[in-house]
Amino acid sequence: MRHLLSISDLDKNQALSILDTALELARISDAPVKKLPTLRGRTIVNLFYEDSTRTRISFEAAAKRLSADVINFSAKDSSVSKGESLKDTAQTLQAMGADAVIIRHSASGAPRWLADSEWISGSVINAGDGTHEHPTQALLDAFTIRKHLGSSTGDLQGLHIGIVGDILHSRVARSNVLLLSLLGAQVSLIAPPTLLPVGVESWPAKISYDFDSVLPHLDAVMMLRVQQERMQDLFFPTAREYSHFFGLNRDRMALMKKSAIIMHPGPMNRGLEITAECADSARSVIVEQVANGVSVRMAVLYLLLAGSTQEQGVLQ
Amino acid sequence: MSVAMPAVDISRALTRIAHEILERNGGAQSITLLGIPTRGAHLARRLAQSIATIEGVPTTDIASGTLDITMHRDDLRMRAPRALMPTVIPPAGIQGRHVILVDDVFFSGRTIRAALDALGELGRPKSVQLAVLVDRGHRELPIRADFVGKNLPTSRTQSVKVHLMELDGVDEVIIEEEVQG
Repeated sequence: MRHLLSISDLDKNQALSILDTALELARISDAPVKKLPTLRGRTIVNLFYEDSTRTRISFEAAAKRLSADVINFSAKDSSVSKGESLKDTAQTLQAMGADAVIIRHSASGAPRWLADSEWISGSVINAGDGTHEHPTQALLDAFTIRKHLGSSTGDLQGLHIGIVGDILHSRVARSNVLLLSLLGAQVSLIAPPTLLPVGVESWPAKISYDFDSVLPHLDAVMMLRVQQERMQDLFFPTAREYSHFFGLNRDRMALMKKSAIIMHPGPMNRGLEITAECADSARSVIVEQVANGVSVRMAVLYLLLAGSTQEQGVLQ
Repeated sequence: MSVAMPAVDISRALTRIAHEILERNGGAQSITLLGIPTRGAHLARRLAQSIATIEGVPTTDIASGTLDITMHRDDLRMRAPRALMPTVIPPAGIQGRHVILVDDVFFSGRTIRAALDALGELGRPKSVQLAVLVDRGHRELPIRADFVGKNLPTSRTQSVKVHLMELDGVDEVIIEEEVQG
């Protein structure tokens, strides 16, 4: 495997091997020297056409802990703002010897476009494309769930995970539905009908409009950010009404299973989809998700870049 | 294929190495055994048991763990990426300890070089020693072993395989004629 573009490219064994590798790499974060020589001499470009703090920094930290050289390229302060096309940017990066391009783009499918082109010879890693997918986020979510609730078999069999809120605009939701169901979990999508995408009934997930009836059965509650920047239409009457029906607050937290965890991919709209009390509670693993993100991205970079491209590896 | 070490030889060699480790380090208090996965890890566990028996203490008193060296290999780019094996460092860490690396077959020395790099990340041991079940020669780096189960003269075209009860259902060291590409 050369690229990581979509969870749908992975089979169960590949997904598990990424998570297993991440588990071993996680201990680097505890070591006195947080650095491995594995990707020394490799150049990794963070090509970000959309704003991002945690994903870009997380990839940067992951690459640096593996001793790769990282070039950050943000579209806002680059030649892209002068009108350069993706093709010309990609060819420039190729000429500079990029071994991997980590791309975030507002257009769904941009990473696939880049990977299928002949413009670059390195690996392409999708760091979020439009409303399509965000595979490393799903991997870090699965890693976090597995760490807290996973069974001895290593997969997520028997767990029920709820993804709540703005499914329509969420690439995190799509990647998570694919990955969590691949790993054997049951997934419920909980959202107002206006925030569900067309064709959602064909996803491997149950759909509910009633948060309170599903909540007591969930092992993990994944709250999604209401993506106001992508909302050109009116999807719900008022923010207050949205919070009332789909926000996680103290009363709802009381309905949760004792062992259930609260997750959020960030950045949070505190007070809208989640109250500060829930986000900062002992059940919340939101900060831990960020730490796990670095381990998971190290695993992806290691598995895609460290070995020879000629031979078959654990991801084949 | 020929058997270079049957089970009884392996058992004797490990017992002898356990004695030698204790003799060299003046007891078991300051030693930490680290096995290199996969088979080195099992050998380290057996050595820890053996040392515990000799010293008359519970096995849990002997600091023992595993050290995966995959990320430090110098041939990563020549092969497909491989899965990582667990690294388990005893709670006391390796700082100021006499660390004994344990591996099954000592060949080019490159694994041990990688292990020394991996150790550097975890702290500064008082000393690092090397125990191997089989030394088959053909070193490519200036590295030597402190404790050797058996010196096994081989040619480069041969391959030496260690089979252990825990993984293979039998204890034996075998030599196979094999031309490696």
